[in-house]
Amino acid sequence: MKLIFEKSIPGRGQDIFPACDVPVVLPKEDKLRKTTVHLPEISENEMGRHYTALAKRAHGVNDGFYPLGSCTMKHNPRINEKMANLPGFAKLHPLQPAHTVEGANELIADLEKFLCEITGMAGVTFQPAAGAHGEFTGLLLIKAYHHDRGDADRTEILVPDAAHGTNPASATMAGYKTVVIKSNENGTVDLDDLKAHLGPKTAGLMLTNPNTVGLFDPNIMEITRLVHEAGGLCYYDGANLNAVIGIVRPADIGFDVIHMNLHKTFSTPHGGGGPGSGPCAFKDFLAPFAPGLVCKDGEYVRAEKSIGNMTGFYGNFLVMVKAYTYLLTIGKDVHTIAENAVLNANYMQEKLKDIYPIAFDTTCMHEFVIGLDPIYRKTHVSALDVAKALLDYGIHPPTIYFPLIVHEALMIEPTETETKETLDEAIKAFREIYDRIFNAPESVQLAPQTTPVLRLDDTKAAREPHLRYEF
Amino acid sequence: MGTFIPNTKEEQLQMLNEIGYKDFDDLFKVIPDEAKVKGELNLPEGLSEIEVDRKVQALANKNVIFRSIFRGAGAYNHYVPSAVDAIANKEEFLTAYTPYQAEISQGILQSIFEYQTMIAEITGMDIANASMYDGASAAAEACWMCKDRRHSTIYVSGAIDERILRVINTYSFGRESKVVVIPAKNGVTDAEALKAALADDPAASCFLMQYPNFYGVVEDAEELCKITKEAGAKFIMYVQPLSLGVLKTPGEIGADIAVGEGQPLGLGLEFGGPYLGFLSTRQENMRQIPGRLIGETVDTRGDRGFVLTIQAREQHIRREKASSNICSNEAWCALRAGIYLSTIGPKGFEQVATLCSSKAHYMAAELDKIGMKLAYDGEFWNEFVTTCPDADKLNAALEAKGILGGLKICDGNVLWCCTELNSKEDIDEVVAIAKEVF
Repeated sequence: MKLIFEKSIPGRGQDIFPACDVPVVLPKEDKLRKTTVHLPEISENEMGRHYTALAKRAHGVNDGFYPLGSCTMKHNPRINEKMANLPGFAKLHPLQPAHTVEGANELIADLEKFLCEITGMAGVTFQPAAGAHGEFTGLLLIKAYHHDRGDADRTEILVPDAAHGTNPASATMAGYKTVVIKSNENGTVDLDDLKAHLGPKTAGLMLTNPNTVGLFDPNIMEITRLVHEAGGLCYYDGANLNAVIGIVRPADIGFDVIHMNLHKTFSTPHGGGGPGSGPCAFKDFLAPFAPGLVCKDGEYVRAEKSIGNMTGFYGNFLVMVKAYTYLLTIGKDVHTIAENAVLNANYMQEKLKDIYPIAFDTTCMHEFVIGLDPIYRKTHVSALDVAKALLDYGIHPPTIYFPLIVHEALMIEPTETETKETLDEAIKAFREIYDRIFNAPESVQLAPQTTPVLRLDDTKAAREPHLRYEF
Repeated sequence: MGTFIPNTKEEQLQMLNEIGYKDFDDLFKVIPDEAKVKGELNLPEGLSEIEVDRKVQALANKNVIFRSIFRGAGAYNHYVPSAVDAIANKEEFLTAYTPYQAEISQGILQSIFEYQTMIAEITGMDIANASMYDGASAAAEACWMCKDRRHSTIYVSGAIDERILRVINTYSFGRESKVVVIPAKNGVTDAEALKAALADDPAASCFLMQYPNFYGVVEDAEELCKITKEAGAKFIMYVQPLSLGVLKTPGEIGADIAVGEGQPLGLGLEFGGPYLGFLSTRQENMRQIPGRLIGETVDTRGDRGFVLTIQAREQHIRREKASSNICSNEAWCALRAGIYLSTIGPKGFEQVATLCSSKAHYMAAELDKIGMKLAYDGEFWNEFVTTCPDADKLNAALEAKGILGGLKICDGNVLWCCTELNSKEDIDEVVAIAKEVF
């Protein structure tokens, strides 16, 4: 399909702005732009059709099943959107006087209380704009804490080999050296390897629990105890919180700081990649280091040893409105989210495990991982091929080639908002694809066939980078 | 009470039994008992949709919506054309994830490719990335892009918004880079001080200025660029995107990187977020760019398509060696910016920038007549600082009339902002109230 620039005709356009009602005055000539700007010249009708055509070439949660592992693609309730669009929130200037934004600050304070109760933590900062930003924030809190105690020689962050890629990348941004901890044969943290790497240089451990293969670490209490004994702090990557919300509180199992993804666990939409919101919750001894301004009794105040600011203002406020709306709806029944999420994942796992190799065949949490390697070795049909084949069934593929500890991984997270029928249909699709792998492997390798474009050449895109339209 | 779980209790039990579990306790026995929450969480009872609607509306109603806004300082009250909301709220855009599966994500990918092109165009740079969290974090990431083995000191102008500086400082606490602030003099960067500082520091990596700066002044960016480049450092410009409808672009000035807050491009004030960080640069810096990049390619039939590309920079591939940890960005806000710029087109882009400038100059002249003088003599676009006998008193009087006045800054001066939404009558009203107050 054409780019919007290719639909542009000189002289066309839309009249948005009125004539100037004051004398036209610009900065002096030598300050002015000389080059022309190429922007589309297009009528509202043509523009509307362009974006409608683009929308038809996109796949959202409302278009069909979206079991993208680690991303928690649950339903995004409509009421959330309605509330976030209220002018009483959407039209607030961030630098309005505090007494004119009491409702907004009350909402933030209430949401903080809810999230503290859910995580067991003492405080929350809403500064981070996304999950990875929350990780970075949490690690800076850990760093500030150690430095404040004169313990600045702690330079290492331990990260399991199954961790999200953001964990080591965040550690680097926080100035830490990443030390990789091996997983054991059960897919959870290898305690001996952990012990071998703990020491006076340990600043902390980053852990997702359940981890990225969907398993709850049975040794979690011992893991956090060992890290604390070595003088480190424990960071909980809350990307997988949906599995245990209302059932396990990260603070109760020894974690000191956590980020949550409001755009995963708390039902706010992903918007094709963002905006998210990654609030970071912490125990009280980390509160003095929290970033950003917080409204207390009508005054904006900053924590005494604050690390600074992660974003310009108060974080992604309208995303917070959506998450707050969600929590008001669910209330104390949040545990039902985890229950149905875990049930749906186990149901799918159980119904597929006779044919697809499950990476760690045990009760999973909110997601499970197929390791397609044995099938790939026999048939040369890869995880990528299976993912592409699912597209022709109207199903968004699972996360693939992650976690790295499983070869040819397909990571499936159905979420709690899917019905049994949807799961059954997906199971049927997976089973049909399995038959095709052995009976007509090329049909899987050539998939998809029904999408607006066929398989795209990633290598060409990277080798001959073409990142913009040339006029 | 409220729930979005479709399965009934009976269905759940049936599913549990079918896969060999008695009940949910049985399913969750993989979690050690000592790790589990005892009893109920202290959260309110869930509510029906109508109850939720009422409760959240009540909070929204406690806030004051100003009918007329003369405050900017990083968040700008520009008009959002109707098409922006109508199009961006399409559920396919709103509820999709990052476009990992290109074949069914062409709509998202193409919209971002178009956005990247538009950002490169308005800033006069070669290429742009797919978005950052906000302007301030984009600035911090841009500073990091310039660091190499021998060059690590970050220089920033003292005339930038303190919020941007704070984020740069916070990121630098992590990365252990030294940040040096070049003092502002008469509302602009002290060029001599910059020259002296850079000359003394072989480890200088970059200098970041704001354009127009926090005080609204359009500084001599070319001079600062020359000083920076002569010292072998990279020149970063933090720009108000709509100002580029009339002002010389970072590309024309010679900047290495342009960043800024994309909120003026079709996003509301939103109490500070979500906003949109943008970042554009020269072709040669492509592999240092943080965040997502969308590139053009072809499918197996040879048809054009778009994919996430040059991912070898990114966290999911390079892990601790990644150029940034950014994963989720602000794609939907970038979509809005793309729709906004398509709506206003090249003519509207110049028009809105002209309106902003004209209104601000009119207001400055009117305030001058009643003794509120420009605090700095530099050129300005849509923000400017005036003296004020009592900013708090004036703002209280304006607030009583539903007007959000300028921001009180240092020395009791006021930072004013005009946009295309401030009519002559609105401006005259502010001046009349000011005259009355003093």
